[in-house]
Amino acid sequence: MSSLDPRIKRLDLKKTEEGEVHTNTHLITWEVFHQEKRGKQPMHVGAVHASNPEMALLMAKETFGRRGKTTNLWVVKSSDVYTFPTEDEDMFETTPEKMFRDPAYYKVRDRIEKFQNKQKV
Amino acid sequence: MYGNTSLTEEEAKRLNLTEEDPIKLAEFEDRITRGEKIEPGDWMPKEYRKQLLRMIEQHAHSEIVGALPEGTWITRAPNFRRKLALIAKVQDEIGHGQLLYSAAETLGKTREQMLEDLLNGKSKYSNVFNYPALTWADVAVIGFLVDGAAIVNQVINSKGSYGPYCRALERICYEESFHLKQGHDNVVYLATGTKHQRAILQDAINRWYRPLLHFFGPPDRNSQHSEKLMKWKVKLASNDDMRNQFLDQYVPKIWELDLTFPDPNLKKNDDGIWEFSDPDWDEFKRVINGGGPCNAERLEVRKYAEEAGRWVRNALMSKNEKYVMPMA
Repeated sequence: MSSLDPRIKRLDLKKTEEGEVHTNTHLITWEVFHQEKRGKQPMHVGAVHASNPEMALLMAKETFGRRGKTTNLWVVKSSDVYTFPTEDEDMFETTPEKMFRDPAYYKVRDRIEKFQNKQKV
Repeated sequence: MYGNTSLTEEEAKRLNLTEEDPIKLAEFEDRITRGEKIEPGDWMPKEYRKQLLRMIEQHAHSEIVGALPEGTWITRAPNFRRKLALIAKVQDEIGHGQLLYSAAETLGKTREQMLEDLLNGKSKYSNVFNYPALTWADVAVIGFLVDGAAIVNQVINSKGSYGPYCRALERICYEESFHLKQGHDNVVYLATGTKHQRAILQDAINRWYRPLLHFFGPPDRNSQHSEKLMKWKVKLASNDDMRNQFLDQYVPKIWELDLTFPDPNLKKNDDGIWEFSDPDWDEFKRVINGGGPCNAERLEVRKYAEEAGRWVRNALMSKNEKYVMPMA
């Protein structure tokens, strides 16, 4: 093949058979968690494919640790992560309404002032 | 880096929603109207899944094929600093391919099948990568203008409705801002250099002008954008709108260097719309269908990589490993 790329000229591309991908074999899928700084929690950032944890960490480093700060990366087999079905999202729907769990719900200043005013009389 | 994915008329016509559950469809559309994202486990219309998959897969292929024209110049970069930047950029592009393949996989197609479809020609990549990088100035123009065009496209698409694609695009846009800046730096360096440097730069701009206009796809008058896909936030801006935004941002940055585009009709009208000569849409079609200067080479190189790396994958892959979709 005539190419402008000296590397491609060296490859002898004619030698290749049909470039068919074996679609029936797979690497393991891993979810990647990125910890930016000490003291911060690791956050899910994406997934990589690799044959073992060491390779998965290497792939994660090359894909998700390319900019800014990284303290550590975690990889977990995707098949080991369990989640609720997304259609069960409504089970959390009433949580924000549970104001009695919220510190801002508890306001006593008015009552104290009222009490103090009454004491003065 | 990335190319265009616009619908042909035929594809738009095929959008058939009569088979979908009307209640689920309404819930799905309400969610998008409210500005919420769709996540992999959610119910979605078949056509939404199909169009998104096609678009993200094509984007992923564009990243890994897009690394080839620039990769050519790593061994011949003019100095060490430029070489380091170019290696980083090309490796970024491959990483972007990884991110996008993962996002596409969440829609239900394996990475191996996507790579196979790239090689057998079933799925495409951006047309712009079927042109050669003849000189070092091409690397500058690709880094500045092709990446600039890609960023216009990607920033718009990152406001789409599919969560995994949006997250991948946000990371990609963040990394590509460096590509753009180093490309601009490279262009300015050549433009303010010797007569010869200015000449090769002008020559590269002349050659990339048409492919850049083609980049955003056929004009709106020839390309049907299904209202459905706009409503579903799969497609967020028309081809002409994106092209106009690109010209508006980048033409002045070339003109201020006293360089030109090879088009006497290129100008901005009072209404803010850029005018340009017809960039030969027949050539666009011809190149998409395999007739470009580098189509064959790009696929040959991918096939070679597939073949030459197979013994490594065979050693690593286990026949018993069941395929697991990435989660998000």
